[in-house]
Amino acid sequence: MAIYYSKIMVWDKNLRDFAGCGIHGCHHFRKDAIMKLTRLNSFHKKLGGRMVEFFGWEMPVEFKGIIDEHMAVRTRAGLFDVGHMGEIHIEGPDALPFVQYLTPNDASRLKAGMVQYTALTTPEGTFVDDMLVYFLAENTYLLVVNASNTDKDFAWIVDHRENFDVRIENRSDAYSQIAVQGPKAQAILSPLTDVDLDGMKTFRSAFGKAAGIDALISRTGYTGEDGFEIYTTDPDPGKIWEALLEQGREAGVLPVGLGARDTLRLEAKLMLYGNDISDKTTVLEADLKWIVKFQKGDFLGKAALEKQQAEGLKRKIAGFEIIDKGIARPHYPILADGRPVGEVCSGTFSPFLKKAIGLAYLPIDLTAPGTEIAVVVRDRTLAARVVPTPFYKRGEA
Amino acid sequence: MMYPNDYSYSKDHEWIKIEGGEAIIGITDYAQKQLGDIIFVELPAVGKALDAGQPIGVVESVKSVSDIYAPIGGEIAAVNEKLTQAADLINKDPHGGGWIVRMKIRDKAELDGLMTASDYEKHIESLES
Repeated sequence: MAIYYSKIMVWDKNLRDFAGCGIHGCHHFRKDAIMKLTRLNSFHKKLGGRMVEFFGWEMPVEFKGIIDEHMAVRTRAGLFDVGHMGEIHIEGPDALPFVQYLTPNDASRLKAGMVQYTALTTPEGTFVDDMLVYFLAENTYLLVVNASNTDKDFAWIVDHRENFDVRIENRSDAYSQIAVQGPKAQAILSPLTDVDLDGMKTFRSAFGKAAGIDALISRTGYTGEDGFEIYTTDPDPGKIWEALLEQGREAGVLPVGLGARDTLRLEAKLMLYGNDISDKTTVLEADLKWIVKFQKGDFLGKAALEKQQAEGLKRKIAGFEIIDKGIARPHYPILADGRPVGEVCSGTFSPFLKKAIGLAYLPIDLTAPGTEIAVVVRDRTLAARVVPTPFYKRGEA
Repeated sequence: MMYPNDYSYSKDHEWIKIEGGEAIIGITDYAQKQLGDIIFVELPAVGKALDAGQPIGVVESVKSVSDIYAPIGGEIAAVNEKLTQAADLINKDPHGGGWIVRMKIRDKAELDGLMTASDYEKHIESLES
């Protein structure tokens, strides 16, 4: 996996290979790069967002500061521009069987308005991507995929459409997406929408208005908090952004950049493609057995996953915390009894727990909570231990 | 923020203030802003001898890891122990309470290679543009 640098690295003359913002795809600017902009780009600059390149997109990595933004989401609310995410529509008489074939979760369980976390799997049971599937209406599904993978995913889906009567459309350029997350999210969004948020359960969605604009609103997110994601194809999503900022002012809402998005999602053990899951890790190794429904019928990767399940996993992703002082970053080696046993996938300082945490694929006999391991942080070997995940769970605060 | 006129600056964003024949070294306001929330600093051992350009220590913010380089050669005379408990002193007071080390200067002539405050301000303007 490549190592990435945030803009700060302009001041690090030797660009040591452990340096960087730790977020997959987050680069310092190349001055000649032509970057894709979300429709909210000018709003971020107006708010003083520190802009970085993220998989070809110019995105804010932070506004006020990662720790402040992180804590705002945990205790009040935060506002995210997630307009770089990909949106792929699948429509037609075979839409359901096609989605069933592409994914390990059981899309037949969805009723209109329901949302499901799932994956696009390879025949090896590894990840092309992870994603949300929205069942919008009969024969109509919306797949929400990672920004970095949108083109790859679209090509993958198109390549596998044979035998299915479906229309596949990459509508990523048309969509904007805003997330409002945190304990105050509902109170902030409610006055701005005609959708009944009180009656909306987690992983449900509804069409309605947000700040007077046509939108799809779902009770989903990537932070471990309650919250909503708002999709719109309106050319002016800034109206929603500004209305949410204004409505949330008293509650202390903050705009949040990619930096806190990463620390929030890691505390909640939500996977980041490229760091924690990839086409080299299977869905079972990623500890996502709950999205694999073997009994639903055939799907890409089923045979490989069944075989792996029958034989037993040799390794699995596990959470760890560092006991000594120091922070594990992606790719740092992990030792057990002095022998290398893996490397860090995601690793950061947890602003809420105030300790260094991370994820790593470990031999299965080392994945029990309490197991003592070590992380090599540059030239020091730091004591660490395997801990239960998620690191943070809502309501335990 | 104004960069103090009686300090010298490196292009790698360290500052030096001469006091009592020793050099106090820290990172600049520009550097701490670029790093964001600093949570951990690795300090060198007192007595360690360094050449200009060698790493003094490491500053970790939530999102990044960065080396601090010795702007001149010398021997570490003292480290700012307060940073082990409150690394964010660097964010709060980069040119004062957030100092990182004191160094015995080996060769004062090395200071001539560093920038003045106004040169440094021009330097960071060129990075921002």
